[in-house]
Amino acid sequence: MRLHVPLWPAVAAGGFRRYATYTTATVAGVFTNTVFGFVIAYTYIALWEERPGLGGYDQAQALTFVWVSQSLLAAGALIGGGFQEELQERIRTGDIAVDLYRPADLQCWWLAADLGRAAFQLLGRGVVPTVVGALVFPLALPGDPVRWLLFLVSVVLALVVSFALRYLVGLAAFWLLDGSGVNLMATVASIFFSGMVLPLTVFPGAFGEFVRVLPWAAMLQVPMDVLLGRHAGAAEVAGALGFQLGWAAALLGLGRLVQSAATRRVVVQGG
Amino acid sequence: MEGLRGYGLIVGMWIRATMAYRTSFFLMLVGNATISGLDFVGIFIMFRHVDALGGFSLPEIALLYGTSTVSLGLADLLLGNTDRIGARVRDGSLDTMLVRPVPVLAQVAADRFALRRLGRIVQGLAVTGWAVAAVDVDWTAGRVLLLPVAMVAGAAIFAAVMVAGAAFQFVAGDAAEVQNSFTYGGNTMLQYPPTIFTRELVRGVTFVIPLAFVNWVPVLHVLGRPEPLGLPGWAAYASPLVACVVLVPASLAWRAGIRSYRSTGS
Repeated sequence: MRLHVPLWPAVAAGGFRRYATYTTATVAGVFTNTVFGFVIAYTYIALWEERPGLGGYDQAQALTFVWVSQSLLAAGALIGGGFQEELQERIRTGDIAVDLYRPADLQCWWLAADLGRAAFQLLGRGVVPTVVGALVFPLALPGDPVRWLLFLVSVVLALVVSFALRYLVGLAAFWLLDGSGVNLMATVASIFFSGMVLPLTVFPGAFGEFVRVLPWAAMLQVPMDVLLGRHAGAAEVAGALGFQLGWAAALLGLGRLVQSAATRRVVVQGG
Repeated sequence: MEGLRGYGLIVGMWIRATMAYRTSFFLMLVGNATISGLDFVGIFIMFRHVDALGGFSLPEIALLYGTSTVSLGLADLLLGNTDRIGARVRDGSLDTMLVRPVPVLAQVAADRFALRRLGRIVQGLAVTGWAVAAVDVDWTAGRVLLLPVAMVAGAAIFAAVMVAGAAFQFVAGDAAEVQNSFTYGGNTMLQYPPTIFTRELVRGVTFVIPLAFVNWVPVLHVLGRPEPLGLPGWAAYASPLVACVVLVPASLAWRAGIRSYRSTGS
């Protein structure tokens, strides 16, 4: 008798298990995130002592930003990692032809696998840095369970936006074959425009307003603001989540268009 | 010597291979410099809001930033791929290196030599150049000379961390990130003045893993700033000595690591 497991949860579980295998790498990654958390936390303490209330955060909120964003980096694949290089490799070697034959949609497949990976890294690499940060520094973590729930929704949307953009980066290999250049540029953009270098609310003037509407803002800045309760009232929270949902839909849609354009002209490499 | 020759040959091979894709190389070079420069853009934005951080002005922090970045860049260029050793142990490809007539460390260091890492060095030198011009220092010959000496000694200190980290991976497996947190994380720390960190943290990077000698101790002397732990004045010139001292345990750890290596057999 065939056991029917729903396809996408099974793919996601596979992604989760695959990353859960590398315990040492996970522990080492947690260590790195924690070290960086300490270093950046002290720079933010100096900055916020000099300018209290900078970017609309008090010092505890700024420190929360540091530690929770260190916890989200791996899950959101904000400094590289994730599936896109593997997809590019499959395009370069021609293995993508096999993937296209499968009775499963390419984009949904990678989305499910990447969400599985992200779920593991959220747990495996996310919990410890935030706990360490909360033990050592006064953080502004909310006590309200609804806020945490909204944060979780916002994180899931952030992961989908991150996936959708990296899927486009991956598909670029159909035209470029070697993806290393575009991957590097994508990493540069996500490091800077996600709010990882500095919260986007600290970016000055019109440039600040510009970076806050880019898709990278949906990957880190928006979830952080939801957690820190920067949105007054249900309408503003809905607006923030809607902003993420808008970018997710737009980028996933663009991904589908590019995917169909790419597969129509696919010439399988190698033999 | 034999190791250096082997290292040079392997590096030359990788440079020729890189130059086969010239456009890609220049893009990666620019990308490498840009990624490295983002931290400085962050510092620059901070100084849109403040005049001083931990009592240090933007040119002073730029001097700390530039010197540390050049040191890390040099170490990263020359030895940066030693962190791949865990992956090589895992997939068994280290065995091939053991039978070649070149010291394993030279092979591991030269493995996939990435010339694009010049990008970080150039970016660090550019910031250093601006800082030297902008900072209010009476540039005596001694101070001018101290900067390049500290940069090279700092590279050697980072190199020691990389070699020790590679040795650690014989024990721990694929733990490249641990050494990254001391090299890249240490670099991020050294870009800021020691006044903003806690005393314990500064002590740790002075006496346990002496990263403070990469740039803090010599550059604070150049800037005429007091050294926070009250080290004697000659300490500012001690970076080369510290580098030599830390390379000893690092190389011993490497030897112990390679001796204890058991192949996966695959």
